[in-house]
Amino acid sequence: MPDARERILGRLRAVKPSAAPASDFSVVEAKTWSPAARLERLRAAMVAVRTEFLDATAESWPETVRAFLVTQGARRVAYGPGTAAGRLLAAACARAGAPALVPYDRPVEALKTTLFDDVDAGFTTVRSAIADTGTLVLWPSPEEPRLLSLVPPLHVALLSAATIRDTLLSVLRDEGWARGLPPNVVLVSGPSKTADIEQTLAYGVHGPKRLVVVLV
Amino acid sequence: MAKRAAQFPDPAEWDALRALAASIRARTLSKLPALLEALEARCSANGIRVHWAETVDDANQIVLGILRAHGATRLVKGKSMVSEEMHLNDFLEENGVESLESDLGEYIIQLDGETPSHIIMPAIHKSRQQIARLFGEKIRGAEYTEDVDALTATARRVLRRKFFEAEAGISGVNIAVAETGTLLLVENEGNGRMSTHVPPVHIALMGIEKVVEKLEDVAPILTVLTRSATGQPVSTYLNLIGGPRGPGEKDGPAEVHLVILDNGRSRIFADEEVAATLRCIRCGACMNHCPVYTRVGGHAYEAVYPGPIGSILTPQTEGLAGRHDLPHASSLCHACVEVCPVKIPITQILVTLRKESARAAPEFKVKGAGGGRDRLEDLAWAGWRMAHVSPLLYKAMGLSLRVLGPFLKGGAGPLRAWTQARTMPRRAPRTLHDFAREKGLPDA
Repeated sequence: MPDARERILGRLRAVKPSAAPASDFSVVEAKTWSPAARLERLRAAMVAVRTEFLDATAESWPETVRAFLVTQGARRVAYGPGTAAGRLLAAACARAGAPALVPYDRPVEALKTTLFDDVDAGFTTVRSAIADTGTLVLWPSPEEPRLLSLVPPLHVALLSAATIRDTLLSVLRDEGWARGLPPNVVLVSGPSKTADIEQTLAYGVHGPKRLVVVLV
Repeated sequence: MAKRAAQFPDPAEWDALRALAASIRARTLSKLPALLEALEARCSANGIRVHWAETVDDANQIVLGILRAHGATRLVKGKSMVSEEMHLNDFLEENGVESLESDLGEYIIQLDGETPSHIIMPAIHKSRQQIARLFGEKIRGAEYTEDVDALTATARRVLRRKFFEAEAGISGVNIAVAETGTLLLVENEGNGRMSTHVPPVHIALMGIEKVVEKLEDVAPILTVLTRSATGQPVSTYLNLIGGPRGPGEKDGPAEVHLVILDNGRSRIFADEEVAATLRCIRCGACMNHCPVYTRVGGHAYEAVYPGPIGSILTPQTEGLAGRHDLPHASSLCHACVEVCPVKIPITQILVTLRKESARAAPEFKVKGAGGGRDRLEDLAWAGWRMAHVSPLLYKAMGLSLRVLGPFLKGGAGPLRAWTQARTMPRRAPRTLHDFAREKGLPDA
C-alpha cells in the first residue's frame, strides 16, 4: 500500500499541469536609490517603528556603545566574543565603569537562565540592510548565536552604512543567497511589537523592547 | 482598510506587484508536485525531517508521535492556521500535552476558550475591557488594567517563562522555498522566533500549497502579504529557517520537523474551475474589505477560515454537504476580488460552488456536490419555470395569488424560513396588467 507521500503526490501528478506564467520582476527591480538616499530611507523607515540610532565611526563605536549602555543602566550585556566587533567591544568594556560582558560562547543549555533572567542587553553585528523597508539582515552563526538578538530586552546592532542595499530582492540576488544559507537568517525591522489588543500598537511583547542601531 | 490603501499609493505599482505575485503563485501551482519533491529533498539535505499527512488526523498523530518520542508535554505555539484546521490544541490536551498559544491574540482567545475570528487578528472581536477582565481572572498576580502596554507586559511575563520551559515548539509556515529548503515565518511579536529557536524540538506545519519555486519569489510575495494584511511595508521579523542547530552553533533546536498536510487540497488542485483557491497567501485582506464579514464577524461563519476565502475554501475541504450555506454568505460585490494580492477570482468560485451545491452532476468535482439540494426549492423553481413559459398557467398563477394571497401567512409552512428575518411583502390589489389595460395598451 503506497504511503501518504505517494498518494498525495500521485493525486497531484495525475492532474494535467496548468500553464506556467512568466514572472516580471521589473516593478521590484526598479526600486533603487543613491547610497545617501538609501541611508535616509532606512533610517526614516526604522525610526517610524521606534528604532533608535547612535551615530559613530569605525573607530569610535565601541566607546559610543559602552557609554550608551552605561547611561541606560545596562549592567550585563551578552555578546559574541568570537567576532572582530565582539573583541573591540570587550576591549572598550574592559575598564572600570563599563557593563559586565556575558560571552555567549557555550551551548544555550548552559546559559539559558542567565540569558533569560540576568542579561539587560544583547550586542550583535549586522550583515547588511535593506533601504526599501528599513530592515537589518542578521546571519546568526556559531560566533553570534540566534538568541542574542531575541531574548535580551535591549538589542544593540552594529550596522555599517556601506552594506545598505536597495531591496530584499537585491540583497538576496547580490549576496547569492540561493547558493546557500545558514540554518537561520533573521530580518529585523524594529523592536518587537503587537496590535492584537483593539489594534492598538504596543512595543516589546516577546522579543526585544528596544532596538538600537549603531551606525558607522 | 485605510492603512492598506496607504501602502499602495501608486495604482500602476500595485497592478504590477499584484500581477507578479499572482504569476508566482500560479507558477507554483503549475509545477506543484515537482516543487514539493524538491522541497522535501532540499529540506532533508538541510537536516529537516519531512512528514506527509493526508488528513488532519494523520497530521495530529505525526505531531503527537514526535512529542512522545521526546517525552515532551509542554509545548509553545507560534501562530498557525493549519494547526487551527487540525484542532491541534484540543487533540494535544486530550493526550496530556499542554499546547500554549504564544501570539498575543491567540493567547487571549485560548485563555477564554475561543477560536480566532480573523486569520491575522485573531482577537479582534474582543474589547480591552474584556481582555482586562480575562487577564484579571485567569492570570495569577495580574491586576485589572485597561492599559494596553500593561496588558502586553503581563502576557510577556507569563509567556517568557513558558518559552523558557517548553520542550517543543510548533509554528506554521508562511512560505516554503523549494530551491533552498527554507521555511519562512512572518511575524511582529517575536513569539514565532521564540517558539522555533528556544525549545529543543521545532515542528513546522504547512499545507501543500505553501511552497514557492525560487528564493527570489519570496520578495514580491512578502511585500504584498504584509501590506495587504496589516498595512505594514514589512513585518518586524522575517525568520528564515534552514535547518536545526548547525555544527558549532550554540542555540537553535536539535531537531526540526516539517509536516506537509493535504486535507482535501489535492482535490481542489484537480478541479481547474476552483484550483485558484490554492493561490491564497492568507493575508486576510478579503475579510477586511468584505461587507458581510465586517458586519457579522468571523465567528458567524463557524469555520476555521472565515470571510470570503473561508467561504470558498471550507466548502471544498469539508464538503458542500455540510457547508453549502457558506458560498451564499456573500453579496458577490467583488470587493474581495479587487483587493486580493494574488488575484483569486473569489466571486467566480463562489458562483461555481453555489451551482455545484444545488445539484450533483458527473462533471462537478467539488466534494459533496449536490449537498445543498432542497427538493421543495427545486419544485418551486420548476413550477415557476412552467408558469413562465405558458401564458395560460401564468394567468392562472396570477389569479390564484390574487385570490389566495390575503390568506398566506408568514411564519408558517414553507414561508417560515423566509419570513423569520423579513417582513412578509404586501401584495398590490391590482396588477400591472390591470393598469396597462386601463391605459388602453393592447394585451399582446
